[in-house]
Amino acid sequence: MSTDAMAVDSLELKPGVAGFVDDWGSDQRAFKGVPWGKAMMWIFLVSDTFIFGCFLASYMTVRMSTLEPWPVPSEVFALSFGGAPIPLILIAIMTFVLITSSGTMALAVNYGYRKNKWVTFWLLFATAVLGATFVGMQMFEWSKLISEGIRPWENPFGARQFGSVFFMVTGFHGVHVSVGVLFLFLTSRKVFRGDYDTGRRGFFTWQKGRYEIIETLGLYWHFVDLVWVFIFAFFYLW
Amino acid sequence: MEHIAHDETSFVRPAEVGEMELYHAKTWLGKYVFSQDAKTIAIQYAATAIAIGMVALVLSWVMRLQLGFPDAFDFIDPSSYLQFVTMHGMIMVIYLLTALLLGGFGNYLIPLMVGARDMVFPWLNMISFWVYFTAVVLLAASFFVGGGSTGAGWTLYPPQAILPGTPGSETGILLMLASLAVFIIGFTMGGLNYVVTILQARTRGMTLMRMPLTVWGIFVATVLALFAFPALFVSAIMMSLDVLLGTSFFMPAIMTMGNEADHVGGNPLLFQHLFWFFGHPEVYIVALPAFGIVSDLISIHARNNIFGYRMMVWAIIAIAFLSFIVWAHHMYTVGMNPYFGFFFATTTLIIAVPTALKVYNWVLTLWQGNIHLTIPMLFSIAFLLFFINGGMTGLFLGNASVSMPLSDTLFVVAHFHMVMAVAPVMVVCGAIYHWYPKITGRWYHEGMARFHFWVTFVGSYLVFLPMHYLGIMGVPRRYFEITGTSFLPDSAQTVNASITIAALVVGFAQLVFIYNLIFSAMKGKKAPGNPWNATSLEWQTEHTPPQHGNFGKELPCVYRWAYDFSVPGVEDDFIPQNVPPRTTTPEAAS
Ligand code: HEM
Ligand SMILES: [Cu+2]
Repeated sequence: MSTDAMAVDSLELKPGVAGFVDDWGSDQRAFKGVPWGKAMMWIFLVSDTFIFGCFLASYMTVRMSTLEPWPVPSEVFALSFGGAPIPLILIAIMTFVLITSSGTMALAVNYGYRKNKWVTFWLLFATAVLGATFVGMQMFEWSKLISEGIRPWENPFGARQFGSVFFMVTGFHGVHVSVGVLFLFLTSRKVFRGDYDTGRRGFFTWQKGRYEIIETLGLYWHFVDLVWVFIFAFFYLW
Repeated sequence: MEHIAHDETSFVRPAEVGEMELYHAKTWLGKYVFSQDAKTIAIQYAATAIAIGMVALVLSWVMRLQLGFPDAFDFIDPSSYLQFVTMHGMIMVIYLLTALLLGGFGNYLIPLMVGARDMVFPWLNMISFWVYFTAVVLLAASFFVGGGSTGAGWTLYPPQAILPGTPGSETGILLMLASLAVFIIGFTMGGLNYVVTILQARTRGMTLMRMPLTVWGIFVATVLALFAFPALFVSAIMMSLDVLLGTSFFMPAIMTMGNEADHVGGNPLLFQHLFWFFGHPEVYIVALPAFGIVSDLISIHARNNIFGYRMMVWAIIAIAFLSFIVWAHHMYTVGMNPYFGFFFATTTLIIAVPTALKVYNWVLTLWQGNIHLTIPMLFSIAFLLFFINGGMTGLFLGNASVSMPLSDTLFVVAHFHMVMAVAPVMVVCGAIYHWYPKITGRWYHEGMARFHFWVTFVGSYLVFLPMHYLGIMGVPRRYFEITGTSFLPDSAQTVNASITIAALVVGFAQLVFIYNLIFSAMKGKKAPGNPWNATSLEWQTEHTPPQHGNFGKELPCVYRWAYDFSVPGVEDDFIPQNVPPRTTTPEAAS
């Protein structure tokens, strides 16, 4: 094996697929041009995927192993409007709201990179409000189910695992959304104050903030949305 | 003739990013308690891990006293024995070895070895330690709550883990689950730091394939942990809900103490799957850093380049990948479909291939090396012996049909102590001695270190080798006492007593070790900056111990791999990684 340094001309990195290999074979950074925070978020999200993967796998397992019948989703998750129950209506609205917030988030990232402070601020703020709306509607859904007698430990409509796993998984997802909302509000405040223009240091981390942070936050937000799509499919459509 | 290249910088690519900004704390609290310097955090991690590890060591003495001399001690009864087994196992695996190898060695060595000023997120790194500390406090608290700590075994299998009758089913189990969840949160914060630092913050010229194997081992183990701990996290949440809210994730309809428990329809096997989906990779989370470190120790102290560097790296990656598809070899006895048993036995045995490659490469590195029998080298050789021994018995346990009768006997206990307890501990000791002069700037006491080595090495064999025989005879694990059974000869008890004496002596040697570490840090001889003539960057720092920011004004540039030992035609028997290449002049080339 050659141990000495490469010749000078091999220091140039190629673009394209070969460049991907080149980047990994090079020094300093495996992902060229990717800020630390963004790399960290990607890896964290893969780890988080394993968490939600385990939750969903457990859900499937308990649903198979319980002997009592599983409640019919279109009945338990229906809302009555003017006397007629409409299946899944609330979930449809919630999903719509959350997907919309992904759109405003994507725009916020774009305007952030253009350093357009005010548009970025309003888009972030809108994303946060939409996220908070989602959490609010989820609380409404929970309280409706609870008022009908569904608890983590019991369920008048069939298998008690339904309540357990539903509250656990949507709760865990809801916590993710709430944390996201919190950070969206904090970040929009920082944009409002112009921290990313002046390079004001973070209160805890002491590091200078940059507009790149919005993209990192955006990654998290889109991930939470994506997880919701899976929860939607597995809990409401199965 | 050879001479140093004129323009060294043309051998490495220009810097891609500016230097990282370091936060220099001004207060005592900021410097030593809530420090954001990875080296201080490393020492905090290591000290906490070793402190709680001492508790686990003492628990092993107590267990051994009971097994060696049944009925002699009143304070050990069947329930407290189970509690000791559980806490001993859990502390050793998670709170000692995982925290020490990743939080301790990872924090200290990664930035220094890849040429970074610090971890990429120093504040997160600091929080990571304090979260870990909280987890340790929660765990230790469970010794003092009503009903005591949990006695469910370190595997925490439901239903028995949470049913009355199992010690600690009141509060102990909840504290254990909470502590594990908190540990995982803290670990994730640290782990993201280690991974991103290695991927994105290496110095100029430090390519992935020039990193010392220590960094590779810690890196892949951290990735493994980031993907394996989620399963434990999820199962901890679900079991806590079973206890706290009375859900039935893991609990089937069951009679307990003559009453019907208020659970129905859950699946206890689900827990086992989740637990071992974490549990098997966990073995490698402990083993891979040890593999990496021992590769470096062997190479440095045998003054020989590591045999098959690339193969070593790929073997680490292959082992990590395979470790996710073998988990059910811990569950052969649950009555699984024979085809599954076949699948898991096959994947398990396939892991033996990359593992054996590594062992061959270590031996081939020693082969014709200039072996210095320093303390780190002695521990490395001891590691090899224990690891090979444990690996051999692993072949028995990996085969579904052979494993059945051996399951839940002391044979299993002997196997995993050889392979994942004693072997990594050997590396940990060797590594502590190896880097001690760098970390403290002083030498450890050689005599005490040799005493520590020989007693630990010989003693551990005396403890765990006879356990294989007891296991084959059928002595079950986690049994408080096994006397008056017809299938065991009286001599089994003699063996048990001798194991206990050996265990106590081994334990005593660890006290000498710790005394040596503390005493020499204050009174030891001053050590030079690079006492082992090693090549990797941590030995080339301006100051010993390295200061905040690790390197001097300028970060080092790397021109070669970390294993340029005994290079032919070079006067010194080592070339540090940051020494620019020698070029051949046209006359010499022709
Ligand atoms: C002086 C060193 C040690 C001694 C004498 C010792 C002794 C023991 C004993 C007597 C048991 C219980 C056997 C039984 O009744 O089932 C045990 C279990 C165990 N030990 Fe150790 N041990 C030592 C070090 C370690 C280390 C370093 C680890 C780290 C991985 C470790 C991990 C475990 C585990 C995971 C269990 C199983 C606990 C369970 O069954 O739930 N031990 N050990
Ligand atoms: Cu395993």
